[in-house]
Amino acid sequence: MTKEPEVVGEEPKGRKPPSWLERVAPRNVDWRSLILIPSLAVLSALVVGAVFIVFTEGLDAILPAYRALFSGAFVGWSSISETLLVATPLILAGLAVALGFRAGLFNIGAEGQMTIGGLVAVIAGFSFEGLPAMVHIPLALLAGFVGGALWGFIPGLLRAKTGAHEVITTIMLNFIAFRSLDYILKLPGIQAEGRFDPISQPVQSSARLPRILGWLPMEGADGLRLHVGFLVALAMAWVVHWLLFKTTWGFEFRAVGANPHAAKYGGMSVVVAIVLVMTLSGALAGMAGGNETLGVLGRASPGFTAAIGFDAIALALLGRSHPGGVVLAAILFGALRAGGRTMQVQSEVGIDLIVIIQALIIIFIAAPELVRAIYRVRGGKETGQLTRGWST
Amino acid sequence: MTAVADATTLVRAPAEVRSARIRGIIYLILAVGTYGLLASGTEGDVIFRLGEVAGDLDWTVSSKGLATFSAAVFGFLGGWELTRGVGRWSNVALAIALGIFAFAFLGFAAAGKSLSLVGMLDGSVKAATPIAFGALSGVMCERVAVINIGIEGMLLTGAFMGAVMGTIVGPVVGLAAAALAGGVMAAGLAVLAIKYRVDQIIAGVVINIFALGLTSFLSAQILVEDSASYNSPGVLRPIHLPLLSDIPVLGRVLFEQNIFVYAMFLIVAAMTYGLFKTRWGLRARAVGEHPKAADTLGINVFRTRYINVILGGMIAGLGGAYFTLGSVGAFNENMTSGRGYIGLAAMIFGRWHPIGALAAALVFGFADSLQVKLAILDSGIPSEFLLMAPYLVTIVVVAGVVGAARPPAADGQPYVKE
Repeated sequence: MTKEPEVVGEEPKGRKPPSWLERVAPRNVDWRSLILIPSLAVLSALVVGAVFIVFTEGLDAILPAYRALFSGAFVGWSSISETLLVATPLILAGLAVALGFRAGLFNIGAEGQMTIGGLVAVIAGFSFEGLPAMVHIPLALLAGFVGGALWGFIPGLLRAKTGAHEVITTIMLNFIAFRSLDYILKLPGIQAEGRFDPISQPVQSSARLPRILGWLPMEGADGLRLHVGFLVALAMAWVVHWLLFKTTWGFEFRAVGANPHAAKYGGMSVVVAIVLVMTLSGALAGMAGGNETLGVLGRASPGFTAAIGFDAIALALLGRSHPGGVVLAAILFGALRAGGRTMQVQSEVGIDLIVIIQALIIIFIAAPELVRAIYRVRGGKETGQLTRGWST
Repeated sequence: MTAVADATTLVRAPAEVRSARIRGIIYLILAVGTYGLLASGTEGDVIFRLGEVAGDLDWTVSSKGLATFSAAVFGFLGGWELTRGVGRWSNVALAIALGIFAFAFLGFAAAGKSLSLVGMLDGSVKAATPIAFGALSGVMCERVAVINIGIEGMLLTGAFMGAVMGTIVGPVVGLAAAALAGGVMAAGLAVLAIKYRVDQIIAGVVINIFALGLTSFLSAQILVEDSASYNSPGVLRPIHLPLLSDIPVLGRVLFEQNIFVYAMFLIVAAMTYGLFKTRWGLRARAVGEHPKAADTLGINVFRTRYINVILGGMIAGLGGAYFTLGSVGAFNENMTSGRGYIGLAAMIFGRWHPIGALAAALVFGFADSLQVKLAILDSGIPSEFLLMAPYLVTIVVVAGVVGAARPPAADGQPYVKE
């Protein structure tokens, strides 16, 4: 059961426009769609970003700002460490959204699933004392996995059983997760002792994700913050790839995404597939939350997810819902974030410019016709349709 | 004729019977819960103050009696749902029952104390205003089948432009600029969704991210450096409507508000009339339900969608100005903090109808105001749960447990002219 036939037959080129699934999760696309359009999208976003710099700081500010952005992202081990560190939760959350896309589900709730997953991971991280790190770290990460899975299971079940659109339910569950976090962080036994603001106890050192760049032969290598979570994230990207493209389950997920009616007619359980995909998607986002709390922050506080769950949507789009693509896209966004911090410090341009650039990248990716029109790229036309509205 | 009418009311679809049963059971659980948790353990009276000062127009009720009454209402509705089904008024019935429950809950939380009801209702209307603007914006867009997840971003840009132009030129220009800014954001959404057929949910998410980035960036680069000349518009004063503001209780709650509240009521009235009584509204709804049929009849689907989406954005932009010109008096980063999403929820709870959207916004505003009051009363009840209420209610509504809400048939689908 390793090799499965492809879900959709080969489309004759230049005739019927490909389905939305082809659009967001393409199989065989020419290099223009896969490489050229995303590259041009990033380039265009940087150009438009430069316009914003001109408006606020003048023409002279562009070069120093972008130079600082680049050096903060790639020049030197500490920059690379920061870039990959920021990319780590982005990979996991991006995989969560991409997995949903492949099954025709729009998980907009990665943020809430991260929140719950990160919180549960922290609770597991400080509750058990005296465990060896070899046991405690997997346990705490698993707790995050389970917490996120629960938060993804709810909209999955609602969608499968009642038809409640997952976009609405996951948005609402995001806010329920934020409020729950505010509440739970103030409970005795969870709140850090001596504190009156909502903040959790610190994670035991046995549950902190160990840093992995200490061996580098350089001054201050111990200060490089990249932790083992990055390797976990890469492993999960491989697992998702294997699940989607090498297993029967993955085949069913993609079949349900391509055409739920046909999948049902073919004897697959659409209900089980939807619930399972949303649960797994939530679990991946939950791991992203656990990565942040166990690897970087060491505790949970309100808003610790820092909109990573929303960036994940952009990542899944940019990476064409392919695990490998998501990893590359996450590293790009990590570079923008890490470089943005340096840019904020070294030039007069604020880090919020990065948010604008990210939004522009999504616009250009989501509207490939826009990029084609600007750069006159020829090639197969795609539509941007992806979900099917509120009604099922 | 009566026989036919009777037949249609008596024969209900199995799905409707099933969801009515679920509702009935939930009502009965609520009835038992209300009686068990609120009525049995409460002693003493609560004084609801209806006037401006204590002693003026006080209304003293027994906390226990109020809770028992609320439990009885739940029980009655449960029985009704289980036997006949409330049918199309189930959302209204739920809203009334929850309203009574809210009173009972207040009585429970404030037993033995007094509570300014007027202040609370006033707070509800104020909290509901931006939510209602957001919800109305959503109704405007979704009636022509364009999903607007970007309400939040439009509110935020409206708030920003309202503050900046309100400071540089003046409040009236600030209001106009806020509406215009919302309209520009909506035009972006419209171009992406209608012309480039970008997935509407993604387009909306992009609008939100872009608006957050843009306003935060400009705020950090420009406003922070010189807030006196860019970010101090001041707050619009309340306008006392003559005669109407003299009505006890209602006068203070409804007719001593600032211009946003009156604008909100005007827009609700205009939209209800426009959507359901004019040719324009009929055409807009036709585009939302069956664009192809509308196109065949000679209605310009694209133009209708552009106009409605941009108008919707202008409503949201105006509502966004409430944050800066109507309540806070200055722009802060991400100051809308999710109100746009509550507006989206209110639109769904209000069944894509302007009046429903307003009612839902008032319910959510009341929950917000209640939460503030509970924090002041120090009742030991965590306010977070009340803040969750709008979101929980929305999930329950979209899951079809409470009167399934049906969106316009073509919602979210781009139109391709053949």
